[in-house]
Amino acid sequence: MSLSASSFKPAQIWEIPGGVHPPENKTQSMGLPLGEIPIADELIFPFSQHLGTPAMPIVSVGDNVLAGQKIAEAVGVMSAPIHASTSGTIIAIEDRTLPHTSGMPGPCVVLKSDGQHKSIPSQEIKDYRAFPPSDLVPIIREAGIAGLGGAGFPTALKLSPKAETHIDTLILNGTECEPYITADDRLMQDFAAEVVAGAELLAYILNEPKRIIIGIEDNKPLALAAIEEAAQHTRVEVISFPTKYPSGGEKQLIQILTGKEVPSGKIPAHLGIVVQNVGTAAAAWRAVRYGETLTWRITTVVGESLKTQRNIKALLGTPIRHILNEHGFDESQCSRLIMGGPMMGFALPSADVPLVKTTNCILAPSHTEMPEPPPAQACIRCGMCAEACPASLLPQQLYWYAKAEDYERLQNHNLFDCIECGACSYVCPSAIPLVQYYRAAKGTIQQQQKEKVKSDHARKRFEFRKQRIEEAEREKEAKRLARKQAAEKARQLAAEKKDVTASAPSEPKTNADLVSAAMARVQQQEQDPIAQQAKFERAVTSAKDRVEKLQQRLNQADEEQKNTISAQLKQAQTNLEKAQGRLKAAEENIASLAVTAEKTTQPEEDAAASAIAKAKAKSEALAAMPPEEKLNNQITSLQSRIEKARDKLQQAEAEGSEHIDALRTGLEKLEAKLVKTQNELETSLGHVISAEENIANLSSPEEETVKPEEDAAAAAIAKAKAKSEALATMSPEEKLNNQINSLQSRIEKARDKLQKAEAEGSEHIDALRTGLEKLEAKLVKTQGDLEKSS
Amino acid sequence: MTFLRVSSPHAHASNTTGDVMRWVIAATLPGFIALSYFFGWGTFINLVLTSVTALAGEALILFLRHRPIAFYLKDCSALVTAVLLGLALPPYAPWWLVVIGAFSSVVLAKQLYGGLGYNPFNPAMVGYVVLLISFPVEMTRWAIPQDLLADGQNLPGLLSALQAVFLGIDSGIDGYTGATPLDLFKTQQGLLTEQIYAEQALFAKASIAGIGWEWVNIGFLVGGLFLLSKKIFTWHAPISMLAALAIMALLFNDGGSSESGGPVLLHLLSGGTMLGAFFIITDPVSSAVSNKGRIIFGAGIGVLIYIIRVWGNYPDAVAFAVLLMNFAAPFIDYYTLPRTYGHKYADNANRSREL
Repeated sequence: MSLSASSFKPAQIWEIPGGVHPPENKTQSMGLPLGEIPIADELIFPFSQHLGTPAMPIVSVGDNVLAGQKIAEAVGVMSAPIHASTSGTIIAIEDRTLPHTSGMPGPCVVLKSDGQHKSIPSQEIKDYRAFPPSDLVPIIREAGIAGLGGAGFPTALKLSPKAETHIDTLILNGTECEPYITADDRLMQDFAAEVVAGAELLAYILNEPKRIIIGIEDNKPLALAAIEEAAQHTRVEVISFPTKYPSGGEKQLIQILTGKEVPSGKIPAHLGIVVQNVGTAAAAWRAVRYGETLTWRITTVVGESLKTQRNIKALLGTPIRHILNEHGFDESQCSRLIMGGPMMGFALPSADVPLVKTTNCILAPSHTEMPEPPPAQACIRCGMCAEACPASLLPQQLYWYAKAEDYERLQNHNLFDCIECGACSYVCPSAIPLVQYYRAAKGTIQQQQKEKVKSDHARKRFEFRKQRIEEAEREKEAKRLARKQAAEKARQLAAEKKDVTASAPSEPKTNADLVSAAMARVQQQEQDPIAQQAKFERAVTSAKDRVEKLQQRLNQADEEQKNTISAQLKQAQTNLEKAQGRLKAAEENIASLAVTAEKTTQPEEDAAASAIAKAKAKSEALAAMPPEEKLNNQITSLQSRIEKARDKLQQAEAEGSEHIDALRTGLEKLEAKLVKTQNELETSLGHVISAEENIANLSSPEEETVKPEEDAAAAAIAKAKAKSEALATMSPEEKLNNQINSLQSRIEKARDKLQKAEAEGSEHIDALRTGLEKLEAKLVKTQGDLEKSS
Repeated sequence: MTFLRVSSPHAHASNTTGDVMRWVIAATLPGFIALSYFFGWGTFINLVLTSVTALAGEALILFLRHRPIAFYLKDCSALVTAVLLGLALPPYAPWWLVVIGAFSSVVLAKQLYGGLGYNPFNPAMVGYVVLLISFPVEMTRWAIPQDLLADGQNLPGLLSALQAVFLGIDSGIDGYTGATPLDLFKTQQGLLTEQIYAEQALFAKASIAGIGWEWVNIGFLVGGLFLLSKKIFTWHAPISMLAALAIMALLFNDGGSSESGGPVLLHLLSGGTMLGAFFIITDPVSSAVSNKGRIIFGAGIGVLIYIIRVWGNYPDAVAFAVLLMNFAAPFIDYYTLPRTYGHKYADNANRSREL
């Protein structure tokens, strides 16, 4: 593309659907040159003058500030800082009426002007091309520049498209399609060079898009000529197109200049297009070139209730009333006060609001100029609105469904693609305020969607909580079951151990029945307290858990919840103490029970220690068997148990159960026992093995010699039997001594086990400790008995 | 002082619904003049009767509904209904027939549904159909066009016309009634089109499609084109209706045999075709809303008119066709949304969505 020819070549433009031609009313304000007015005494700077997050003030009351000095900092990327537009003193940071149709108050910095208008020194950049774009964007951002066309979109954000987005077209919007407004017209005529320089600057920042277009409606021939002249010898295209409202809408302008449509719900960058207002471009250029922050803008002051109608260079923050008064405002003649144009501007509740970054026009029409709207008539669905709609919507249907509050149909009719240009209301013969209905419906739908998101969130949270509680309950139940099983197993194990250690070598005595009966009795007595103890242990654990959890929550909780949680915590702690007390009592109870139980047990019978009845019966059966067979039996049973344990372990591992450790320990124990039993079998058959081989060959001549060997094993067993018989016939002291020995060895073992459990952090520690304590208590008692008897 | 706080836009085009209605009424003038020229005072009397009845009926209901009467009467919508019905009714119809028709239109078809903007059916056509079904004899007794009157015979004067309408004194009025071109064509099934055109004075003396009627239709066509140029309505419905009717006529004309449905121009310029195309089916309230929808709506009416005219029991069919398509209008609306800016395809109004 040749440098200068582009602006003379008739560029292709596209037609947009709909649109209206309201009376332009642009001449009133173009009769006079750009004016300036005295600085107001008091200037007001709302925190929010742009689209996005309000700025945060960085000055305090009493501070002296200079023109151009930053007084509020941007918060996040979707924000812009605010600068004092003149020098003076901050006299208040308080809520003032905002330039908003609701007339709602909002936080503002109030500056008392000192009339000096002293500026802060600024940083000039003569050649911005010496800097990378990434250095220039922050300058624009820090200068507080936001879309001056009316929307106030933070400019720096628009100049930082996502990394994957390639911008190939930069459009400067000089359309100014709203009636009455001539601020951009004035700007383009008076500051054409700055506009074109701004276009080039923005293009540089956007990595030189293929096309740079300044679009101007054909009702501004002077501005068009000025810009075309300034754009000579640059690659900036100047395109003019027929006047039609709302050609200046961003989406419409894109369609006119490129024939493309911004997809619904997307931004122009999606098409590789960035659109900036001409005023924004000029302001950005001044920010980079002269280090000028955004402190003024051109505003059209127009309307028949004013003596003077013109464009002025207005300081941001200047009260509208001050501006109106400087233009011979006759309030009694004014039908309404509008910020912006007659199509999209909003009616101000009062003149005591400041001029902000987006104020492109102050319109103070007379009563004849803009009479009160007539009462709305019925919609006859004439369809003039649909003919006027630039977005090809069906405004009459939207109105119908908005009235019916049929939000689903409203969305199906693409309510959210409405740009609220007002063309439909403008043409409506029934004078229905259509846009108002759409705004209200949009608000309601957005509110509903917000609430739905909220309630969805709450529902999910509730469901998750329910699930979590159920899971915790299941886990608790599983733990309870596991503990119960573990306790049972431990009892069984203990019994079996006794079988191996006690019953194998020693034959049950003649009074074995008596013993087992006694043992059963003891156990029964013990059973309840044990169960109780277990219960109390559980209570303690859960109380501890609750205390811990509550403490965590207390740490995370906010002030409001703290009181309730700390009350809950106190209650939980009391519960814990109570549970611990009960547990202690139960343990003591058990200890004393054990003592009494032992007292009731005859010392002679104690020799066989505390084998349970079932084990006894089993041992009787075992005793009737030959020793090898007994051991073999044991091995077989152990093997089958190991098999089962392995299966269980595998299953647990597959399921990721938390009992894996316990199962593994159990399996290891079984395996150890198996090894031990096999060893025993080997030793007990130590002498027999060869003999047995010989027995296999019965015809062998060595048969005779084998027999004694076999007898030897039998003799060993017999010896063991004799030992147990001897035990039965032992003197009470001997018995007690024996008992003490056995108890000591058991304590030793229990201690080992406990240490191991502690090292492994097993959950059976408590049970083991209790067992150990019991054994120790028994040892003390037995020793006492021995002393007594001796 | 606080300022007026209204939402944008603050500017407003100067047209009003009343203006729209008045333009519609004004545009019926050429057709009305043609009717009066060929058939005499009858139509004028009809218009006065329907207008008075319609306004009185509307005022009565507004009063009962506690609505501001003047405000609603000023929208002139009742007057439009009255004028359209008056133009459609046969001249010299008895006064009670006209009054019943107008009353049915405004009260039954419009106000009982909620007034302007809420009536699903075209009020004038409801009134017309009520009369056609209830009083078929009176409704099919059309006057003879002036050019066919016997020598020395004149159209009745205003006085005798009023006597005929109000007192039922039909001295001689019977002599003025005759078949319409569509009636004629329908009853002469055994003849070739050529024969009918040659034998029947109604056609023989006409230049296009039945003496008098062709001019009445051309009058309404002119008025319609005027409204089109004023952008009171879009071309979609009338043009598609006329096109559909013409295509049907072309398809079933079969060269003018005795089984012929009739020539294209007979259908376009007879009966209520042009009045229907530009004044009836363009009623926005009861028609489809989108341009796409209006094309379908108009085409449906065109096809139905032909079907009823040729194969149905009634000589003309605009009223039935319009009412049938009024039924279909909401359905058409659901599936004929325009493609919105930024959307690849047109949406469908019935799509269910997650809010």
